[in-house]
Amino acid sequence: MRDQGSFRQTRSRLELRARGLAAVRSFLDAQGSLEVETPLLLRAQAPERHIVAPAVPGAGFLAASPELQMKRLVADGAGPIHQITRSFRGGERGRVHLPEFTIVEWYLPGATYREAMDQTEALVRWVAERLATSGSPPRFDPGVPFERHRIPDLFERLAGWRPGADVDDERFAFDLVDKVEPALPRDRGVLVYDYPASQASLARLCPGDPAYAERFELYLGGLELANGFTELSDAAEQRARFERERAAIAAQGRSPYPLDERFLAALPRLGLCAGVALGFDRLLLALTGLEDIGEVTSFRWEEV
Amino acid sequence: MYDSSDIRKNLKILIDGQPWVVVDFQFVKPGKGTAFTRTRIKNMITGAVLDKTFRSGEKLEPAEVEQVSAQYMYHEGDQYWFMDNTSYEQFAVSAAQLGDQAQFLTENLVVNITMFQGQPVGIELPTFIEVQITKCEPGVRGDTATGGTKPATISSGALIQVPFHINEGDWVKVDTRDGRYVERINKR
Repeated sequence: MRDQGSFRQTRSRLELRARGLAAVRSFLDAQGSLEVETPLLLRAQAPERHIVAPAVPGAGFLAASPELQMKRLVADGAGPIHQITRSFRGGERGRVHLPEFTIVEWYLPGATYREAMDQTEALVRWVAERLATSGSPPRFDPGVPFERHRIPDLFERLAGWRPGADVDDERFAFDLVDKVEPALPRDRGVLVYDYPASQASLARLCPGDPAYAERFELYLGGLELANGFTELSDAAEQRARFERERAAIAAQGRSPYPLDERFLAALPRLGLCAGVALGFDRLLLALTGLEDIGEVTSFRWEEV
Repeated sequence: MYDSSDIRKNLKILIDGQPWVVVDFQFVKPGKGTAFTRTRIKNMITGAVLDKTFRSGEKLEPAEVEQVSAQYMYHEGDQYWFMDNTSYEQFAVSAAQLGDQAQFLTENLVVNITMFQGQPVGIELPTFIEVQITKCEPGVRGDTATGGTKPATISSGALIQVPFHINEGDWVKVDTRDGRYVERINKR
């Protein structure tokens, strides 16, 4: 039995989500982006060594990301598109992790990660303002511009070393989690960009400095909220990176997903394009200051 | 040996020969990176608090600590003396190790003492204690329903908030986790 109080909590939780979803949609609509849907049940997946797409016996995999399908749509002439969908990550559950979560993903043909960063900042401020006017005070002032830092500079300052192209995967992730993230300001958005080339499997390398890739992340309230990049559109290079990731997955004793040949065939037609993925549940968490991601979903994972 | 996946609140681990207890932990994983467990741990001897990140699959050495039941006797300077209820052996715990817990100690209170390598490193209080109010302003008649509180000193030394109708000499039940007043009790 749930008492009156928890009914009210359920209602306000659902209203928060609904208002957030409406705000995201209104922003992207106003940018001239078209809302699309892509399959959640996939036969192939972008291989990434630290991401596990749950297998569905006899059918394939649940999507860990809608990325490859959306890029195929852009390559086929869809123009600017977005979707608000679910993504699945096996083995991830914590205060800010869910095995099934809501992702906002959008693509900007003709743009680089620079414009994508600007648009991500504008989207988050837009949503923060909409949630503020409807009763939930924002945890940060949406009027304050986001900070921007290059990853190598940030590591040099906070971790005492400068990651280069072939950075040690584990050392990079450890210092990111242990030294860099805890030191980021929590009262404003922080955009970090130019990741070591090895830390970006689907991003274009910086044209002037191939040690780094044109990838960025947005942090808000200490949470990693969004990941975006200038898309790699060189199919041969993409195939080589996929093979490297597949080898790393095989070395972990997992069976790598089949290569998505249709994606690789479409990639050269993608041209210049930027894409962003934003964790919607985490956005709500960052804007409300709640502690556990289960407090902003309709059900806690443990109650499903 | 523990594994990083065993990390829970109150897990006691050994780092560089010192016993530490996990006070908070969080699963962290960069979107494109490997998983870690970020912890806040407390040194059971010095009380120092530290943030430490463990790699996925990292091994942790258990700290062999045992709990013994003991009775609080008295304090002398910053040494608080207890007696083991089984062996009748007496030992002291320092004020630094007790922290805020010292203000809930009353004579003959039975607590659990945490022992590490034969040395007491901390105590565990009962969740509720029964104590007498030694000092507070007189009660205000007719003001029992408003839910207001006033400060009061209890016999163990702590300053707590109690409802207006509580008076000096009253016995009350107090939650030692947060010093919260629970209820008035009848005790002769």
